[in-house]
Amino acid sequence: MGMTEAQQETIINAINTHFNHAVIKHEVLYDMFTVTLRKDAVIPAIQWLYDNEEMKFRFLTTMCALHYPDQKDELGMMYQLHSLENNLRIRIKTFFPKDLPVMPTLTGLYSAANWMERQEYDFFGVEFKGHPNLKRILNVDDMVMHPMRKEFPLEDQTRKDKNDTMFGR
Amino acid sequence: MSILEKPNYTLANKPDGVEGTGYFVTSLDKAVGLARKNSLWPLPFATSCCGIEFMATMGAHYDLARFGSERLSFSPRQADLLMVMGTIAKKMGPVLKQIYEQMAEPKWVLCMGACASTGGIFDTYSVLQGIDRIIPVDVYIPGCPPRPEQVIEGILHIQELAHNESLRRRDSPEYKAMLNEFGIE
Repeated sequence: MGMTEAQQETIINAINTHFNHAVIKHEVLYDMFTVTLRKDAVIPAIQWLYDNEEMKFRFLTTMCALHYPDQKDELGMMYQLHSLENNLRIRIKTFFPKDLPVMPTLTGLYSAANWMERQEYDFFGVEFKGHPNLKRILNVDDMVMHPMRKEFPLEDQTRKDKNDTMFGR
Repeated sequence: MSILEKPNYTLANKPDGVEGTGYFVTSLDKAVGLARKNSLWPLPFATSCCGIEFMATMGAHYDLARFGSERLSFSPRQADLLMVMGTIAKKMGPVLKQIYEQMAEPKWVLCMGACASTGGIFDTYSVLQGIDRIIPVDVYIPGCPPRPEQVIEGILHIQELAHNESLRRRDSPEYKAMLNEFGIE
């Protein structure tokens, strides 16, 4: 499933040509070819990888939001695509600032993205432009926070009995 | 009887009363208490591993049927005892409360295991930190998960509550005030 250097080169060149030098970074992480793209190029690039008759990246393995609090662009999205025919995998990342957590939706290409984008909206507050039904999917509807963001504490804040004396914090 | 005393359980103790040839007189409270005690219909609300332990309790080896509770009710409308076993997520809270409200009086609640009682190890944004935040609980069983013996002891404590409860308790203003604290009419 590891991509050859030539294949990596082809993808980088193609994305750079078609989408105005959109590749910010590329590396091989845990045997998987990973490209970091500009936000505006992500969805068109995925579409291009889908349409390309040689690559045929036509399976969305997974996607998730990322939060790196120490980074300038704190929030991000990660997509993993799979070419079933060639048994190739690619990971696509993009980052954007926390005060503008907006991504274009991927539901136009993959129906599987519908619930996954709802989950990322639920847990990270990423707003997917064009999503047909963007509402919380797992947490209670009246929750006000996006619990997987690092600024929100993991523990339930309504507990009165757990204090620092008892738990050595 | 105090809950801490080790009770000498038998299948059904004869209540206090006046006895003679061919008749036995006792108070209605005691007769009804005896009937309720020995035919509790539990509604198992099992969400995780405590539910598995409860299945062992219902099985042939531990055999909860010996205590008159073999008839599980999967409808809240025909149940006297709500057994909450396992982690209750906050999203599940309103469901549990609705099930409690659908049960007819008199009703008891048994809270099994650390998660149902306090949230247990799941001190997190998505888990209800104890079901006693939304419904009143009569008996708590500690453990993670508790052994079937403990479940049986919990049921026996519920039986003692059912046995000794006054027939007027559920109509009392104290009981209504207690329910109101939980936002139940």
